[in-house]
Amino acid sequence: MKFIIERFDPDQDQKPYFKEYDIQLEPSDRMLLDALIRIKSIDDTLALRRSCREGICGSDAMNINGKNGLACITKVSDLKEPVKLRPLPGLPIIRDLIVDMTQFFKQYNSIKPFVINNDPPPEKERLQSPEERLELDGLYECILCACCSTACPSFWWNPDKFVGPAGLLTAYRFIADSRDQAVNERLDNLEDPYRLFRCHTIMNCVDVCPKGLNPSLAIGKIKEMMVRRGV
Amino acid sequence: MAIPVRKYDAVVVGAGGSGLRAALQLSNAGLKVAVLSKVFPTRSHTVAAQGGVGASLGNMGEDNWHWHMYDTIKGSDWLGDQDAIEFMCRTAPEAVIELEHFGMPFDRNENGTIYQRPFGGHSSNFGEKPVQRSCCAADRTGHAMLHTLYQRNIFANTQFFVEWMALDLIRDIEGNVLGVTALEMETGEMMIFHAKATLFATGGAGRIYASSTNAFINTGDGLGMAARAGIPLEDMEFWQFHPTGVAGAGVLITEGVRGEGGILLNKDGERFMERYAPTMKDLASRDVVSRAMATEIKEGRGAGPNNDYILLKLDHLGPEVINKRLPGIREIALKFGNVDCIKEPIPVVPTCHYQMGGIPTNYKGEVVVPKAGNVNSLVHGFYAAGECGCASIHGANRLGTNSLTDLLVMGKSSGDSMIQFIKENNTHLDLPKDAGAYSAARLVRLDTQKNGENVYEVGNAMRQTMQAHCGVFRFPDMLQKGVSKIKEVAERAKSLEIKDKSRVFNTARIEALELENLIEVAVATMISAEARKETRGAHDRADCHDRPGFVNGRDDENWLKHTLWYKDGNKLDYKPVNLTPLTVESIAPKARTY
Repeated sequence: MKFIIERFDPDQDQKPYFKEYDIQLEPSDRMLLDALIRIKSIDDTLALRRSCREGICGSDAMNINGKNGLACITKVSDLKEPVKLRPLPGLPIIRDLIVDMTQFFKQYNSIKPFVINNDPPPEKERLQSPEERLELDGLYECILCACCSTACPSFWWNPDKFVGPAGLLTAYRFIADSRDQAVNERLDNLEDPYRLFRCHTIMNCVDVCPKGLNPSLAIGKIKEMMVRRGV
Repeated sequence: MAIPVRKYDAVVVGAGGSGLRAALQLSNAGLKVAVLSKVFPTRSHTVAAQGGVGASLGNMGEDNWHWHMYDTIKGSDWLGDQDAIEFMCRTAPEAVIELEHFGMPFDRNENGTIYQRPFGGHSSNFGEKPVQRSCCAADRTGHAMLHTLYQRNIFANTQFFVEWMALDLIRDIEGNVLGVTALEMETGEMMIFHAKATLFATGGAGRIYASSTNAFINTGDGLGMAARAGIPLEDMEFWQFHPTGVAGAGVLITEGVRGEGGILLNKDGERFMERYAPTMKDLASRDVVSRAMATEIKEGRGAGPNNDYILLKLDHLGPEVINKRLPGIREIALKFGNVDCIKEPIPVVPTCHYQMGGIPTNYKGEVVVPKAGNVNSLVHGFYAAGECGCASIHGANRLGTNSLTDLLVMGKSSGDSMIQFIKENNTHLDLPKDAGAYSAARLVRLDTQKNGENVYEVGNAMRQTMQAHCGVFRFPDMLQKGVSKIKEVAERAKSLEIKDKSRVFNTARIEALELENLIEVAVATMISAEARKETRGAHDRADCHDRPGFVNGRDDENWLKHTLWYKDGNKLDYKPVNLTPLTVESIAPKARTY
């Protein structure tokens, strides 16, 4: 099977280049990650992140034939040849398929991703009805792979100012949590021309999310709350 | 060349559940703490835990920690230390409640309390019938927990060193632990982290086996570092084979499937667990279920064209329960098993999952080694928690959900022990002059090796040797051959060679260093397993089955003891099991049936 992989090692390369691989896959190489590991066993200089190999840790996000996704849950048989692999777009490349995610996590941290509740904790759990808990479904499952944010043109232009779909999804995860007491503070934190409102509903985030989540919907709900708060 | 040094009160190696829980404790105490992780914290393997965290909250019906303690001791086949087990089971409810207060998105009951599901080996009233003790967030409990703990550490302003791999433990001439050497993956630079107290929370080494539910990063780095620094490894012969890994892929399918009502079938459509465990059936403990499955396959009753797997049937639960309680499982079955479990059963096989053994500690997370007649002498400044530690809570077989309970409870308790220790020993002991030289030499050797061994080939040889010689069923002659084979592999691993010479994010170098750690664990496992001449928990010897006078093949007279393996000369030593709990009466060994 043929692969074209973007390579860049700042230790020796002036700029990124594409390298072709034509390799014999084994029947057990079902996912793209299996194929990449097969390539790496032949050329150990290929650098990529990977860990759980089952789509839950979020390590092996990359641009696969033009679309962001996780290598470990992308079936080789679904891919058109030659398979073109690039690092996630919009973030600085450290090496080969490994990008610098500092900006992505900075935005994540900026939305205060933790429950804020200043009441003294009760002896038992804080009660939450199944309906209240249901509000968190589709939000808490984010694996921070950055497929969405790095597919978003608004994030490409303003990664320092626009929170991006992943961060905003998480922002709403805490706004929606019945145990959280900081809704207003959270909305204030996003009330700015860039942090939230740079989202132009292009929906690339929804299209690429490997977990089937919908950041666009969450962003819409935050915007709605802002408007309602304004009147 | 001088190696740069950074000083911290505490260094935590590993940012999975136990490392993050400990770090939170240390940060909240106002200490200067560095958390080193070779991956971004939420990529740690805790994220893959599915079914739940065990605690006797009693939200679904009567339950108490005495029952949880009994189940855990019985599950451990009496190899667990009863003080540590009492401590964990007694503390579990508050640990879970605390996590809820941190924001963990647990599933809920109508009355707003945390939902709990049944799980293997967990019973009410000392083995009478299954109990609902597993607190869960759908089938993504580990993910929800790890993210919650990481988020709480953001709140606490914990300092992380992300994508730094610890290389070696630093000890002085008296054996005191002074920190670690570590490699920054992005730059290839090495640094010394000089600490008053050092915690290993590096997880397990399930990647010593060819078929494993474990992530690629589970390479036993803490165990390798400890072994090289002269610390023995405890009970390494005990590896849990999870009954339900997806056949062919190894990916985990939670026991929660059976907790919610899923059942195992052989090729004849028979619910065979009724024969092996009449009371608990499919919810017997994992060693029992895995052995039953392997027996069915061995005797020709496996399903599929080659009769080599078992069917996990859950379609009778209906789409509503599956989509609500087990959505991740459906996703995994579709992607890795090519089946939609709403309609068809999932092909599964027992798959290496969890390391019961590890770095010997007490229930406070303090590392203990034999010294001057005391089998549990403290190693000054050294702590271990989570899967890399051995308190020993899980003994010869861990119950499902108890890994998450362990990492919460032991993470917190080791953090507390470190805080106390630093109060009493609030100085940095002097680093030895050659601190870091050993690690530096290892890196130079790796970078300059010529005509050496290929990392993938040696890794494959190790994994296949472990799989063939030290699996679910163990045979004396295979174990003996396994010992010489794994020693040969270890010999080859001394001259690993990599082609990648770059300083920047050299993953070939990381994989070679990981393999060096895995090899220590593999050797420890094979040698410990060959020596233990009985069947206990996950260690099943074909020559030690139901002999007269030995319940379940167990030999309590000679083998009710912990193994200690030393890297130096592959020496084995043993220490007694602690059968005395902290406040309640001992639970004496007896026959184990489910």
